[in-house]
Amino acid sequence: MTNTAVIRIEGLSKSYQTSAGLFPALNDVNLTIMPGEFVAVMGPSGSGKSTFMNILGCLDAPTVGSYALDGRPVASLDRDELALLRNRTIGFVFQGFNLLQRMSLRDNVALPLIYSGIELAERQKRADEMLAKVGLSDKADSLPNQISGGQQQRVAIARALINKPRLLLADEPTGNLDSRTGEEIMALFDALNSEGITIVLVTHEADIARHAQRQVHFHDGRIISDELTREIAA
Amino acid sequence: MLGEAWRAMGANRMRTILTMLGMVIGVGAVVLMMSIGQGAQYAIKQTISAMGSNLFILLSGSTSAGGVRSGHGGGYTLTISDADAIAELPGVQAAAPIHPGSAQVVYGPNNWNTSVIGSTPAYLDARAWPVVSGSAFTASDVRSATRVALIGQTTAQNLFGDEDPVGKTLRIRQSPFTVLGVLALKGQGMDGRDQDDSIIIPITTAQRNVFGTQFPGSVRMVMVQTTTQEVMPEAELSMTALLRQRHRIREGQDSDFSLRNLTAVADSAAESTRVMSLLLGAIASVSLLVGGIGIMNIMLVSVTERTREIGIRMAIGARERDILLQFLLEAIIISVVGCFIGLLLGIGGALLTHTLTGTMVIISGSSVLVAFSVAATVGIFFGYYPARKAARLDPIEALRYQ
Ligand SMILES: Nc1ncnc2c1ncn2[C@@H]1O[C@H](COP(=O)(O)OP(=O)(O)OP(=O)(O)O)[C@@H](O)[C@H]1O
Ligand SMILES: [Mg+2]
Repeated sequence: MTNTAVIRIEGLSKSYQTSAGLFPALNDVNLTIMPGEFVAVMGPSGSGKSTFMNILGCLDAPTVGSYALDGRPVASLDRDELALLRNRTIGFVFQGFNLLQRMSLRDNVALPLIYSGIELAERQKRADEMLAKVGLSDKADSLPNQISGGQQQRVAIARALINKPRLLLADEPTGNLDSRTGEEIMALFDALNSEGITIVLVTHEADIARHAQRQVHFHDGRIISDELTREIAA
Repeated sequence: MLGEAWRAMGANRMRTILTMLGMVIGVGAVVLMMSIGQGAQYAIKQTISAMGSNLFILLSGSTSAGGVRSGHGGGYTLTISDADAIAELPGVQAAAPIHPGSAQVVYGPNNWNTSVIGSTPAYLDARAWPVVSGSAFTASDVRSATRVALIGQTTAQNLFGDEDPVGKTLRIRQSPFTVLGVLALKGQGMDGRDQDDSIIIPITTAQRNVFGTQFPGSVRMVMVQTTTQEVMPEAELSMTALLRQRHRIREGQDSDFSLRNLTAVADSAAESTRVMSLLLGAIASVSLLVGGIGIMNIMLVSVTERTREIGIRMAIGARERDILLQFLLEAIIISVVGCFIGLLLGIGGALLTHTLTGTMVIISGSSVLVAFSVAATVGIFFGYYPARKAARLDPIEALRYQ
């Protein structure tokens, strides 16, 4: 492991333009995450967790402040470089799954590989492996609207993991799962983390947050607490 | 990538088909119009080259008889010796006096009504009309008014069938004529008549033995051919001067003949056909343009509809050019497939036009190529703007789009 932080955020703020004027969703956030960390982001609804994750995922840009990913300032990257980061380095699990409705689950999971220039046969093989990992091998040819919300959530996770990202960002990945399936997913996350993947996960549930080594609490766009809850596994 | 485009088009099958229809109609119209236009141009070129080149037609003018004026070609003011004199002018290749008519022709049990042209050997030169079997009659046949005939292919077919007509004797209005030769196939004339349905005999024989005339040695028309097209204006002046002198027409008096430049008439006919086919092509191209705009319109709708999908794709690593290509490919597939169907329909339509109306159509490789490249260009051109619009979307904005 290197000493370069995976994520280094300094003085970051994000304001949304609304009809009632500028709305500050994030306010002077500072956070450093080292390689191999497993961080749970918590906080009440509307506290800015998704906004924060979108910025971490290089989908959105901060209004003020800096964000360096692996030591590279994200603001200095062009659109193609950002796309490359989203494709190879970052795996993102959305709060609302964001699956493509017209495609089979296999094609959904394989989609990031298209943009990595991987052959069709290889894409399908890897997608099937990934679906097996999340327990959905038998549904590979179904469409997203033919499966349950929890199953969709698992497909979204499979898609985020298919390109073996070094950084996994998950916005409430267990929000739609019963506690047992949630635990299964968390076991998967634990395994990934022990392989060295850095994970940032948003959750409301204390049970889920317990899997992380560190918990960051947001309130009204600010970090109000940041504590280690568990020793980093060797 | 192709599979992606295919799936996207399949998801909106009806819309894709309707968009394609715009291209189908556009390309079909262009191909149909171009093949009809090119066919017409080809047909007129054939006709013109069959007519002969650098031709004047000299018509005898009006004569006044007791205040009644006949029209052009009405009187018999031109003579065979006028034609001989014109033939001597510089730049004149041939001058053939013509006495046209029609008559019932009989050979054995067969009889046939055909056009009988009395003229001189110069006529064959002027019309560029060779004899394919047997031989032509000569100046001495004209002088001594022998009963010899050259027959066109249609006439030969109708009278002789498979028999060789050369050397046989047929009867034109009861007079026996020896067939000296068979003329080359000529096809349709400018007036649409079958030129091969004719017989050519010496003009003297025609006047004395077949049609009879009040003015032997006088004719209503003379066909004149010049050596080149360049000398035509000059020849026109010298012919007019010569004839006015021979006919003793005083200065200021109207000529008793008129001269028409057939080649100029033919050229303007060819030109108007060309303009017509260009016009047809242009009108058809407008529908191609409309088809292209249809594609742009649908692609814009499609981009808007799929904004969220674009956002998702960007979020998992699609670059601008991936998105651009995806939408461009869709537009190109629509236009190329539409073009292909349009091509088939256009060719089918052209063939149908041919079988139904007998109009000549030409489906040239170049028109097919033009239609195809135009369609591909239309696809790229009208697909580019929507595709670029999609590619330039901001990932997070696109993801939030509902
Ligand atoms: N596009 C936007 N335009 C304007 N305001 C927004 C926009 N997105 C979020 N907000 C506001 O910013 C604040 C933070 O939103 P965010 O989605 O980050 O909350 P969250 O912590 O993820 O909430 P939840 O737990 O419900 O998902 C909210 O008050 C929200 O109303
Ligand atoms: Mg949220």
